[in-house]
Amino acid sequence: MAKLRPFLLPVLLLAMWQFAAGHSSAHVVPTPRSVAAALAGLAASGALAKHVIASVFRITWGFLLASLVAIPCGMLLALNRRSQLAAQPLLQILRPISPLAWTPLAVLWFGIGDLAAIFLIFIACAPTLTLIAYSAVRNVRPGYVNAGRNFGLSGVPLIWRVVLPAAAPQLLSGMRTTLAIAWSVLVAGEMLAVNSGLGFLIMDARNAGNRFDLVFAGMFAIGAVGFALDAILRGLEQTDFVCWALQGGQTSAKESVA
Amino acid sequence: MSTAPTPSCPKLRVSDLCLTFERDGKRESILEHIDLSIGAGEFVCIVGPSGCGKSTLLHVLGGFLPPTSGAIEIDNEPVRGPDPRRIFVFQESAVFPWLTVAGNIGFGLSALPRKEREERIQHYIGLVGLEGFERAFPRELSGGMKQRLEVARALAVNPDVLYMDEPFAGLDFITRMTMRKELLRIWHRERKTVVLVTHDIDEAVQLGDRVLVLSSRPAHIHCELEIGMPHPRDVSAPEYIAMRTRILDELGVERGV
Repeated sequence: MAKLRPFLLPVLLLAMWQFAAGHSSAHVVPTPRSVAAALAGLAASGALAKHVIASVFRITWGFLLASLVAIPCGMLLALNRRSQLAAQPLLQILRPISPLAWTPLAVLWFGIGDLAAIFLIFIACAPTLTLIAYSAVRNVRPGYVNAGRNFGLSGVPLIWRVVLPAAAPQLLSGMRTTLAIAWSVLVAGEMLAVNSGLGFLIMDARNAGNRFDLVFAGMFAIGAVGFALDAILRGLEQTDFVCWALQGGQTSAKESVA
Repeated sequence: MSTAPTPSCPKLRVSDLCLTFERDGKRESILEHIDLSIGAGEFVCIVGPSGCGKSTLLHVLGGFLPPTSGAIEIDNEPVRGPDPRRIFVFQESAVFPWLTVAGNIGFGLSALPRKEREERIQHYIGLVGLEGFERAFPRELSGGMKQRLEVARALAVNPDVLYMDEPFAGLDFITRMTMRKELLRIWHRERKTVVLVTHDIDEAVQLGDRVLVLSSRPAHIHCELEIGMPHPRDVSAPEYIAMRTRILDELGVERGV
C-alpha cells in the first residue's frame, strides 16, 4: 500500500481529466485515452524514439561541453582572486539573458540543426555552471585544504585530490538544477531552430492541424525523459564519493567501546 | 625570559614572534613577542583564555599563517609553510569524508610502493585501534574514532612534530579521558614532539611535560610551568591539584563557583 502512495495523486488527476475532457463540448483538451493512443502510435512508428534520441543527443553534448568548460573556469575563479575580479561582472550580465535570446544568432552561425541546439544548451548552462563551481569551491572547508597542504600537496594535485572531491556534492546538486533548466531550454529551442526532437514534435503537431493529442503526448515524453536524466545525476549523488555531504548529521555512528 | 630550563637540543625555536592583523584599517596585535623553545620528543601544552590567540599561534607555528615579524625554526631551519614533517591535527576533524579509513591513513603515502603503503596503513590502524573499520567511511565512525583516525593519518607520514589544536574539544568527557590515555600511549611509543593547544586546564596538566600559559589578547607567554609528574598521573594527587590550581591562579580565574 505504502508503495502505491506516490501514484495516488497522478491517478486521481487522470480520472478527473478523463471526466472533464469527456464532458466538455469544446475540443481544446484531448482525453487521456486519445493521448495514450497517440503515444502508442508514435512509439509504434518509431517517431518517438527518433525524437527522444535527437533531443537526448543534443542535451548530452551541450551539457557535457558546458560542464567541461565552465567547471574548471568556476574553480579557477574561486582560487584566483584576480580572475574572479575580471570575470564576475561579465558572468552576472550574461546569466540573466534568456538562452532563447541567442536563438537568432545560433541559427545565423550554425544553421538549422544539431549544432544550433547544442550551442543553445551550452549558452544556457555555462554561466550558471561557472557560478555553481565557483561557490562550491568557495564553500570547501578550509580545514580540508589545510590538511591537503600539510601533506605536501599544492597546485593541480591539491585541486584534484582535495578541492574537487570536497566541492563535489555541492557541484553535483548544482548540476542537477542546471540540467533541468537546460532540458526546458532545449525543448523551446527545438521549436525554433531544428526539425527534429521533442520540442519540434510538439510544434509540428500543432502546425499539422491542431493535433493536441500529439502535443500532449510530446509533453509526456518530455517529462519522462527529464525525469530519467535527473535520475542519472541523482544516482551519482548516492555514490560513496559524494553522499557524505547529503547525510550530514544523521549518521549511523558506530559507538566505540574503547 | 624563560624560567624553565631550556631543553638541551631545541627542536623548535621561536624568537620574538609577532602577528598583527589589519581590520577596518586598524592594526590589531594578536601575538606579541613570543619566545619559546621546545625540545625533541617533548610534550608541550599551551593554555590561555578563550579567544587569546592560542590557536592562531599554533597555525603560525604550523606554517599556515606567516608571522608579521620574528622567526620560527625547526632543526635550525626556518619554517616557510606547511610541511609533511610536521602534521597539524585540526580542532574540527579534518579527515576526508570521501575516503575510507584506509584511504585517509594512506593519503600522505602516495609516494610509497603499494606494499609498503598497505603495511603502513595496517600498522597505524592497529595503533589507534580501528581494526575492522578499514573500509568504513568517516560518517560511519563516532567522534572519538574520527579523531583517532586523524591522529593515525598524521602519524602515518612519520612526522617529527604533531601540532594539535584542541583535538578532543568536541568529544564527551569520558571519550576525552580515553583519548588522552591513548595519545600518551602513542606518544611514549613514537616519541614525537607534540605541541597541543587546549582551553582545558586538566588536559594540559594530564598530558604536558610543560605548560605554557598565554595572556589574554594580545597574547604573550604569561608563564611556563614544568609539570614534572611521571605518567600515569593521578588526578586526585595533591601535586596534581596544586598544579591545576596554580594554572587557574595564573589565568586569573576565581576559585569559587
